Amino acid sequence: MRARVQVFATCLGENFFSDVLKDMVTVLERLGVQCEFPEGQTCCGQPFYNSGFQSQTLALARNWLRAFANTTGYIVAPSGSCTDFVRHRYLELFPPGAPEHPQVEEIASRAVEFTEFLTRVLKVTEMGAHFPHKVTYHAACHSLRNLGLRDEPKLLLQAVEGLELVPLAEEETCCGFGGVFSVIYPEVSRAMMDAKVKNIQASGAEYIVTNEPGCLMNISGVLQRIGSPIKPMHLIQILASSKDSSRPSP
Amino acid sequence: MSAIPTHIDFRRNVQSVEPQVPASVRKATTRFLDTRAAVVDVIGQESWQALRQAGHDVRLHTINHLDYYLARLEEEVTRAGGHVHWARDAQEANRIVLEIAQEHRVKRVVKAKSMVTEEIGLNRTLVDAGVQTLETDLGEYIVQLAGTGPSHIMVPAIHLTKEGIADLFREKLGLDALPEAARLAALARAQLRQEFLAADMGITGANFLVAETGTLVLVTNEGNGRMCTTLPPLHVAVAGIDKVVPDLESLNVLLKLLPRSATGQKMSAYTAFITGPRRTEEENGPKEFHLVLLDNGRTIILQDEITRETLLCIRCGACLNVCPVYNHVGGHAYGFAYSGPIGAILLPQLVGTKVAADLPFASSLCGACADICPVKIPIVEILLRLRRRVVEGDTVEPAVSPATLRLGVQMVARAMSIPWLYDLAGQLLRIAQAPFRRGAWLPSLPPPLNRWTMARPLPALRADWRAAWRRRTPEGRTRQRRIRIALVAALASAAAYVGWRLIQRQDRGE
Ligand code: SF4
Repeated sequence: MRARVQVFATCLGENFFSDVLKDMVTVLERLGVQCEFPEGQTCCGQPFYNSGFQSQTLALARNWLRAFANTTGYIVAPSGSCTDFVRHRYLELFPPGAPEHPQVEEIASRAVEFTEFLTRVLKVTEMGAHFPHKVTYHAACHSLRNLGLRDEPKLLLQAVEGLELVPLAEEETCCGFGGVFSVIYPEVSRAMMDAKVKNIQASGAEYIVTNEPGCLMNISGVLQRIGSPIKPMHLIQILASSKDSSRPSP
Repeated sequence: MSAIPTHIDFRRNVQSVEPQVPASVRKATTRFLDTRAAVVDVIGQESWQALRQAGHDVRLHTINHLDYYLARLEEEVTRAGGHVHWARDAQEANRIVLEIAQEHRVKRVVKAKSMVTEEIGLNRTLVDAGVQTLETDLGEYIVQLAGTGPSHIMVPAIHLTKEGIADLFREKLGLDALPEAARLAALARAQLRQEFLAADMGITGANFLVAETGTLVLVTNEGNGRMCTTLPPLHVAVAGIDKVVPDLESLNVLLKLLPRSATGQKMSAYTAFITGPRRTEEENGPKEFHLVLLDNGRTIILQDEITRETLLCIRCGACLNVCPVYNHVGGHAYGFAYSGPIGAILLPQLVGTKVAADLPFASSLCGACADICPVKIPIVEILLRLRRRVVEGDTVEPAVSPATLRLGVQMVARAMSIPWLYDLAGQLLRIAQAPFRRGAWLPSLPPPLNRWTMARPLPALRADWRAAWRRRTPEGRTRQRRIRIALVAALASAAAYVGWRLIQRQDRGE
């Protein structure tokens, strides 16, 4: 029997990074995993929760639960932050005793981040990807600290044929995205990005890779603004690159 | 010495940070983090994590039984011959200290480093009453000369360069000093030596107060704390009620955590245990010992189950050192006494969300602070709780955000929870972005989105995933065609309606 997963697109994913989602499906299908996309899904509510509008999160969370209610298999997202949110925060939004609680326990616990799904569920790191470039990796805060994915994304990169993974100084320091933080305090966010970009430049890499759409949006934005030749990519896009697919840069 | 502010405007404060500050701060914080990592390595990750858990547990236990341990502490301090005073707020604490000073005709006070006296603005009270008050911790001495407050809870002058300090000495003391750390310290020491001998009263804070023995514990590196508590005939310690620990055994855990987390030392140069005043004339130490126990909002902090853990803090400063926000803005941007992640969670609770509403948002929620905190304070959880307090209000304080904003956000949230509306909004925004679009980017957008684009461009909205997904199957393709037609029909009727209204208006000759 083929494994089946539900695609959790996430707002940033579906609105800004549809290429990443397409690549996610490509990689999963290559591994023999069947993908489904419940169309009822919208936003998981994290942006509202994190900016303090926590009671407004409930409507969104209920919709999310409804969307994934009658599905089976893991719920795979290209984002550690959104995965963490539904997996951990929904339990707090709907504590024991709340009518939605059993549903949360059943559904939200199926949510996994993409690299987590590959390395911990499927237990694969090798998938025939080919990417003959110098790459450095930025650890996204929520994947790293809330899901504990420290080595997994790098193991996947190291298994890519031709790819040279070069270290990034202060790899685990926040890039300055932080959701609502980046628009409330753009000056601080920019200063944090500048520090990140300096390290990226110093790494000597041609590509900066991360597994979080938020970081990707932030880092790619600043690279674009300063006219840097370094190309930002989601980790999934690298895993989707094969010998015969000559990928255009994103 | 910073005044208790009426409103903290974090963004404005950030904009006025002097350009050399981040580099000075980073230089010091990097050094502390490196030495910390080295001593933690010596202990080993596993034992260190166990120690943190033990630290968390003992602090939480104490905070949950504060009434008991404080009563015990009072009993033991009194038994040792000390005097205990209870202060509800800053004003009361200042009054108590001033009264003690006046009773003893105190003219000169020497102070050891204390964040809590910064919190209550004690120096100003004393100086205004004509009592000369001198900070003797080198860093505090420097910021006192500069006329600012500390910018780090452990390293008050972290924002200054050696050159800046040399300039300050020249300007304020008329001393010509080379910008070298050792020389500057020697100069300050020479100045301070006479002051210790002449002082009538020493004021300190407390790192810990041991309930079981009535002992005040001071952890310092310069020895000035010891001078303040032995040379003057009178010692007054001011401490928050959260500083109490049950016994020497729990103190032992915390003394392992504190210096390692703060400065990367196994032990600080001086760890003083002070139990009451001197007992005989032959002994060293003050004739009188007073302990002022300060509430100043701490019992209110206890009310909320999550934010309560703010009180576990042992003021090591590690969360500041590791915080990317703090490292880029320095401590003064936080507007008052405490800064960095601990400031961002403590200040809104101490001075109220009306004053410090900005601070819980001054974090990217990266979580590095909670990871490093030696007593495992869930700083991110507390930040989120306080954000909710600011925006929606809770049982502790009402909301401070405008009601219109709340209504607007509610409407957006509701709309986004309706799948077809969410999908439609994406398609409409994709059309609406056209005038701002330059290739794959939106380089500048109107307010409020300019807050994003002033720092970096926004990728152009694609919103094409669902369509792409639907195109994978024949049924999906049919569905997608229908949705497309509906969208075009909706847009066409909207355009027709607008056109019709315009024609009507013209006909009426408006
Ligand atoms: S919150 Fe934790 S890390 Fe920060 S100063 Fe307090 S004890 Fe240290």
